[in-house]
Amino acid sequence: MSRKSSLLVQDRRTKKRNAAETLFKGYGMIAIAIGLLMLCILVFNIVSRGAGAFQQTFVTLEVTLLESKLDKNGNRDLADLKKVSTFGYAPLLKTAFEQKVTKAGLDTTLKTKAMAGILSKSAPADLRNFVLANPDQIEETVEFEFLASSRVDGYLKGRVSRDSIGNDKNISVEQLDFVDQLITEGSLEKRFNLTFVTGSDASDQRPEAAGMGTSMIGSLFMMLVVLALALPIGVAASIYLEEFAPKNWITDIIEVNISNLAAVPSIVFGILGLAVFINYMHLPNSAPLVGGLVLTLMTLPTIIISTRASLKSVPPSIRDAALGVGASKMQSVFHHVLPLAAPGILTGTIIGLAQALGETAPLLLIGMVGFIASNPPDSIAAGLMSPNSAMPAQIYEWAKRADPAFYERAWGGIIILLVFLVTMNTIAVLLRRRFERRW
Amino acid sequence: MKDLNTQENVVDTENVKIVARNVQVYYGDNHAIKDVNVEIEANTVTAFIGPSGCGKSTFLRCINRMNDTIDICRVEGDILIDGEDIYDRRVDPVQLRAKVGMVFQKPNPFPKSIFDNVAYGPRIHGLAQNKADLNIIVESALRRAAIWEEVKDRLDAPGTGLSGGQQQRLCIARAIATEPEVLLMDEPCSALDPIATAQVEELIDELRENYAVVIVTHSMQQAARVSQKTAFFHLGNLVEYGETAAIFTNPTDPRTESYITGRIG
Repeated sequence: MSRKSSLLVQDRRTKKRNAAETLFKGYGMIAIAIGLLMLCILVFNIVSRGAGAFQQTFVTLEVTLLESKLDKNGNRDLADLKKVSTFGYAPLLKTAFEQKVTKAGLDTTLKTKAMAGILSKSAPADLRNFVLANPDQIEETVEFEFLASSRVDGYLKGRVSRDSIGNDKNISVEQLDFVDQLITEGSLEKRFNLTFVTGSDASDQRPEAAGMGTSMIGSLFMMLVVLALALPIGVAASIYLEEFAPKNWITDIIEVNISNLAAVPSIVFGILGLAVFINYMHLPNSAPLVGGLVLTLMTLPTIIISTRASLKSVPPSIRDAALGVGASKMQSVFHHVLPLAAPGILTGTIIGLAQALGETAPLLLIGMVGFIASNPPDSIAAGLMSPNSAMPAQIYEWAKRADPAFYERAWGGIIILLVFLVTMNTIAVLLRRRFERRW
Repeated sequence: MKDLNTQENVVDTENVKIVARNVQVYYGDNHAIKDVNVEIEANTVTAFIGPSGCGKSTFLRCINRMNDTIDICRVEGDILIDGEDIYDRRVDPVQLRAKVGMVFQKPNPFPKSIFDNVAYGPRIHGLAQNKADLNIIVESALRRAAIWEEVKDRLDAPGTGLSGGQQQRLCIARAIATEPEVLLMDEPCSALDPIATAQVEELIDELRENYAVVIVTHSMQQAARVSQKTAFFHLGNLVEYGETAAIFTNPTDPRTESYITGRIG
C-alpha cells in the first residue's frame, strides 16, 4: 500500500469507521422512535378511553313539584319536608315523563316506571335537594337537567348497543327506542360534565354521578403535608451531610442508606406507616395526614439526593471565595451556596412531589381507598384528619368496580392525574431553565 | 534542609509579619510540606515559585488556614502572624481570614452585583455602620484595586459579567475591602491575558504599600517583576529564600539554578 493517497477518496479504515458511526446513529434513532411510538400509543389510549368521562348525558325534564306529594300539611316546614324520602319524589318523575310523552307526542309503549328508568338513580335525590333548598318552588313547574343512567350514557357514547344488552335488566331495547325519540326531540343530549372534575365518588349503582373532586382535595392535603415536612427536613439533612458532616464511615453508611431508601418499594413505606402512625401513634385511619406522613418518608430520599446533587454542582470556588473574605461555614452556605442551589432543590422537590402524587401502594395499606362520597372538608384540620381518598387511589377504586362506566371514569381520572403531573414537571423544567447556572 | 537565609532574616526582624517555624503539612500519608521555615515581611511582595506540586500553594493556604476545609489535611509546626500562633486552639479561622485576605487562581466573583461582591466582607464583619459608610468602603476598595473607573457607573451589574482581568481585580477589591493585613494570592494571573496580567501586576506593586503580599506564581518573569523576596519550593522543601534579585541572578542552591534556567520543573 502506498503512503501517498488522495484526500478525495476515503480509505478502507475511514469507510469502516464512518459506516459504524452511521449504524450507531441509526440504532439511536430507532430507539427514540420506539420510545415515541410507545408514548403516542399510551397517550392515544388514555385519551380515547378517558375523554368520555368528561362528557355526560343529561335529560331535560319539566317537573311539577306537587304539594300533595311533597308537603301534605302545606306549611312548607323544613322538618316536615325532610320527612319525605327520595322514594316520595320518584312519582313526580314518572308524572313528568307522562306529561312529556303527551306534550311532545312521543310514540312509546313503555310504562312510566321504565321511562324514569333512563334517569340516574340520583335523580330523585337531586330533586329532593332542590326542594329542600327552595321550598317556595313547591306547586311550580321547574325545568331540571337530570343525569341519564350510565346505560343510556353508554348508548350515546357507543359503549352500549341494542345487541349488547341482551340480558341486561337495567335497560331494554324499548327504552333505547325511547331515548332515540328524546334525542330527536332535543331533551336528551351529551355534553361537558364539570361534576366529574369537582364532584365526589358515587355508589356502585350510579357511576354517572362519580367525580374526582374530593380525592383531589385529599391529594392536595397530602401534598401540603409532604411539602411542609419533606422540604425542610430534606434540605437541612442534605446541607448538613454535604457541607458540614465529616467524611467518614458513618456518613458513608448514611449516604448508602439514603440511596437504598430511594429504591425501597413504596408498599414497604405503607406497611411502616400502618405500623407506626396508625397502630402505634393512633392517628386516624384514611386521613390525608397519615398519607402525607407516609409519602414524606418516601419523598425524603428523592429530595435529599437531588438537593445534595445541586449543592455539589455549586463550584467550590464560590465556597473558597466566601471563606476567603472571612465568612463562616454557615454564612458561606446560606449566603452563597444555597441560593445557587435553590433552583435544583426546587426542581427535585417538585419531581419528588409529583412522584408522591401518583403513588398508590402505600395508600392502600393505610386505608385511603375508602368510598368517600362526602362533601369537601370545611377546615384545614378537617381536611387533614377526616377520611379521604387520593387521586390514584380513587382511580384504583374505580378500575376494580364491575360496571364498565366506572372503567371509563378510571381512564378519565388518569387524564386528570397526568395533567397534574405534566404541569408539575413542566414547572420544574421551567424553573431549571429560568435559573440555570449564572456563574 | 539547610536554611540559607538565617543571617538575612536576623536583619529584618523589625519588619517581619509572618513567621513559619518547622511547618509540616500532610495530606493523609503524603508529606506535602517538609519542615519549612520562613519569615515574610510587611510591605513587601514575597513570591513563591517552584514546579507544579512543590507545595507552594499548600503552604500559602496554611497562612489563612484554608487547608482546614480539607478533611485529610494536617498541619504541624507554628505559623505566627505578629507573634501570634494562628494554629492556636483559641484562634477562630474566620477571624484570621478577615485579617489575611486571599485571591484565588481563577477569578471567582460571587454571582451578585459588583457592589455586593465588595460589600459582602464588610457586611459580615460589621465594618460599616450605615449605608453611607459601606459606600465609602466599597469605593475605596475598588479604587485601590484600580477598577473603580471601569465599574463606577455599573455597580449594580453582575460581577460575573466583567472580563477576566476585571473579575480578578474585583476579587482583589473584595479581599482588601475587609482591611486585611496580609494578602495571599494564589497564581492570580494564570487565567488572565497579558494585558490584564500587566494591570494586576501593577496593582500588586501598589498594594505593597499597605499590605504584606504573598504571591504564588508559575511565571518566573512575574516573580522577578513584582516581588522583592522570592522563595523557591521543590518537592515540599523550601530550597532557597532571599532577595528576588539575588535568587534570579546568583542562586546559591544548584536546584534553584536548574529551575530558573529551565532544567527542572
